[in-house]
Amino acid sequence: MRLGATFKVAGRALRKNKLRSVLTALGIIIGVGAVIAMVSIGNGAKAQVQAQIASLGQNILQVFSGSVTASGIRTGFGGAGTLKIEDAEAIRREVPGVAAVSEEVASTAQVAAGNQNWFTRILGESAEYFDIRQWPLADGASYSSQDVRSANKVCVIGHTTAYNIYGDEDPVGQVLRIKGVPFVVTGVLTQKGFSLQGTDQDDVVIMPFTSAMKRVAGGTTLRNINVQIASEDQIESAQQQIVSLLRQRHNIRSGRDDDFTVRNQQEVADTANATADVMTGLLFAVACVSLVVGGIGIMNIMLVSVTERTREIGVRLAVGAHGRDILTQFLIEAVVLSAMGGVIGIVAGIVASKVISMVKNWPTVISPLWMLIAFLVSAAVGIFFGFYPAREASRLDPIDALRYE
Amino acid sequence: MSEGNQSNGVVVELDDVHKIYRSGDMEVHAVCGVSLKIQTGEFVALMGSSGSGKSTLMNILGCLDRPTRGRYLLDGQDVSHLERDQLADYRNSKLGFVFQSFNLLPRTSARENVELPLLYGARRLTNAELREKSDEVLKSVGLAGREDHHPSQLSGGQQQRVAIGRALINDPEVLLADEPTGNLDSRTSVEIMEIFQRLNDHGITVIMVTHEADIASYARRNVVMRDGLVKTDRAVTQRFIAADEMTKLGRLEPEADETQS
Ligand SMILES: Nc1ncnc2c1ncn2[C@@H]1O[C@H](COP(=O)(O)OP(=O)(O)OP(=O)(O)O)[C@@H](O)[C@H]1O
Ligand SMILES: [Mg+2]
Repeated sequence: MRLGATFKVAGRALRKNKLRSVLTALGIIIGVGAVIAMVSIGNGAKAQVQAQIASLGQNILQVFSGSVTASGIRTGFGGAGTLKIEDAEAIRREVPGVAAVSEEVASTAQVAAGNQNWFTRILGESAEYFDIRQWPLADGASYSSQDVRSANKVCVIGHTTAYNIYGDEDPVGQVLRIKGVPFVVTGVLTQKGFSLQGTDQDDVVIMPFTSAMKRVAGGTTLRNINVQIASEDQIESAQQQIVSLLRQRHNIRSGRDDDFTVRNQQEVADTANATADVMTGLLFAVACVSLVVGGIGIMNIMLVSVTERTREIGVRLAVGAHGRDILTQFLIEAVVLSAMGGVIGIVAGIVASKVISMVKNWPTVISPLWMLIAFLVSAAVGIFFGFYPAREASRLDPIDALRYE
Repeated sequence: MSEGNQSNGVVVELDDVHKIYRSGDMEVHAVCGVSLKIQTGEFVALMGSSGSGKSTLMNILGCLDRPTRGRYLLDGQDVSHLERDQLADYRNSKLGFVFQSFNLLPRTSARENVELPLLYGARRLTNAELREKSDEVLKSVGLAGREDHHPSQLSGGQQQRVAIGRALINDPEVLLADEPTGNLDSRTSVEIMEIFQRLNDHGITVIMVTHEADIASYARRNVVMRDGLVKTDRAVTQRFIAADEMTKLGRLEPEADETQS
C-alpha cells in the first residue's frame, strides 16, 4: 500500500479518538518533556561551570598549603601555612613558562566607613592578580607593585562591598577602616557574580598581600599561590616543575607526601563534568522508565484499536491487502502516536525549561541534538511497542475478521 | 485472459471440493464434495436452506478460504493451495466482493471506500487517477454526487451500491455476492439486481447467494445446495429483467432514474 495513504489512515484513526490519543501519548510526552527540560538545565549548568572556570583566568595553576592524603582527605588544606613568600618568588624565578604569579592571603574582617560597616572577605594579592583573573576595574585604579613592596594601606573593593558600605556614593579615594586600620580605596571592581561554590565573588576587599599579612591576617605564610602559565601546552611541565621545586625547597624526602597541593583548572572542570555525567545517567534512567511506561500505554491502546477495527481489517484483507500492509498500517499508527507524543514532549520540555530559567534564574541551554534524539527514541518506542499489536492485526484471518461482532 | 481461453471460457471450476471445520474434537463437514463449472459471463444464484454450506462455498470461491480437499481452478489456475498473500492478490485483481452487511469502512467517504482495492493493487496510481476512477465507478452504480458522503449518511441501498462500486473498481472477472439483498427491502433489491444484470450483460460473471426465489430468478442459472452438496443445478426459464420490474413498480422514487442512467 502507498505510504501516503497509510499515513492518512493512521491520522484519521488517531483524530477519531483525540482524547484517547493524547492520553496514550502522555507517557511519552512526560518522558520526553522531562528529558528535554533537564538536559536544558544540565547544559545550562555545564555552560555556567565552564564560564566560571574561565573567569578564574586562563591557564591557571593554584598551589595550596597543605596536602591531600592517599585517601583523598585534605589535611590542613590551605591552612597549614607551608607556603612562604619566598616559594612564590622561586616559582616566578625558576619555573619556565610562568607568566604571572600572585601570592594569596585570605581572611575575613569587619570593615567600616562612616557609620556603615560590613563583614567581608579580605584577600591579599599581588598587583598581577587582576590581570590573572581578567578582572577589570569599574572605577578608579588597582594598586601597584610598589604598593605591594611597601605594604601600603590601599585596597580595591568588590561591587557588593562597595554597595553595602558606600551605597550610591563613589568609594574611590575614600577611607575604609579594616580591623580599625584605615585603608584608601583606590578602585572598585566590575561585577563577577557567584563562584562555583556559591560564594559572592563581589563581596570582597582586595589589598596587597603584604599589607594583608602585616595589618589584617597576621602570620607570614600564604594560603595559596596563583600561577598563570603562558600557554596551555606548558601547564603540565610547569606543574611538575613546581612540585619538584617546592619539594626541594621544603626538604621533603622522596616517599613522603607533599605539604602542598597543586590544582589544575582542568581537573576542576573534569570534576564538575563528572558530576554532570552522573546527573545525565540518572536522567537517562528516568527517561527510560517513562518511555517504557509510555510504550506500554501505546501497546495497550493499539491492542484495543486492533480489536475495535477487526472488521475494517477484514475488509482490507478481503479486497487484497497483504499481511504486510496491515502490519505497516498499525505500525505507522503507533509511530505517529509516539512521535507526536515526542514532538509535544519536546515543545513542553522547552517551555518548562524556559519557565524554570525565568522563575529560578537558572541558565538553560536547549540542545538540538537532544531534541533529535528524543524524537527518534519516541518513534523507536512506537515501533517497538506497536509491533506486537500490528503483527496480531496482520495475522487475522479475513473471514473471522469480517464476521467479528 | 489467455488462461481463460485455454479453459474454454470456464472461469470457475470446482473439482470435488470439501470443507471441514474443526473446533476441538467436533468436525463440521460444511461442504462435502462439490463439483461445479461456471462459464465466463454466467449469472449464477446459489440457493439452499440455512447451514447448507453456501457461505462456506462462497468463501472458497472468493479465495478467502482454502478447500480442505479438492481442487479449485480460477481462470484456469489452481488456487487451492496458494499462500495467504497470493490469495490476496487474486482477490484484488480477479474478484469483487459484495457482503450482506455491506462492510464499508465507517467515517470514510464513499470515494475512499471505493478506492480501497486500488490502494492494495499492483499498479501505483496517482491521487488524480484514483479519484477519476472511483468517481467513474460511483457514477456507474448511480451514486454521482454522493462521493463525499460517509456510510452513515447513505441509505442501505446506497451503501450496498458503494460496496458494489468497491467490488468493481479493479475490473474483476467474477463478482461474488453473499446475500447482497438480505438487508434490503424488495424495491431496493430490484435496483441492486438491475445493477447486477447490467454488469452481467457487459460480460462480468456474477455468483450470488440468495434465500429468495424471486431474487434468484434474476440470475440465468440456479444452483441449490443441501447438506454441503449440490442438489439441483438448472437454467432459469422465466428470467426476471430488473429494468422491466422497475417500470412495473412505477418508479415511485426518483432514485430509480439515476440507476438506469
Ligand atoms: N468457522 C466455522 N467453524 C465451524 N463451523 C462452521 C464455520 N463456518 C460455518 N460453519 C458450519 O458450516 C455449516 C455451513 O455454514 P454456512 O455458513 O456455509 O451456511 P450457509 O448456507 O451460508 O447458511 P446461511 O444461509 O444461514 O447463511 C454450518 O453448519 C455452520 O455451522
Ligand atoms: Mg451464509
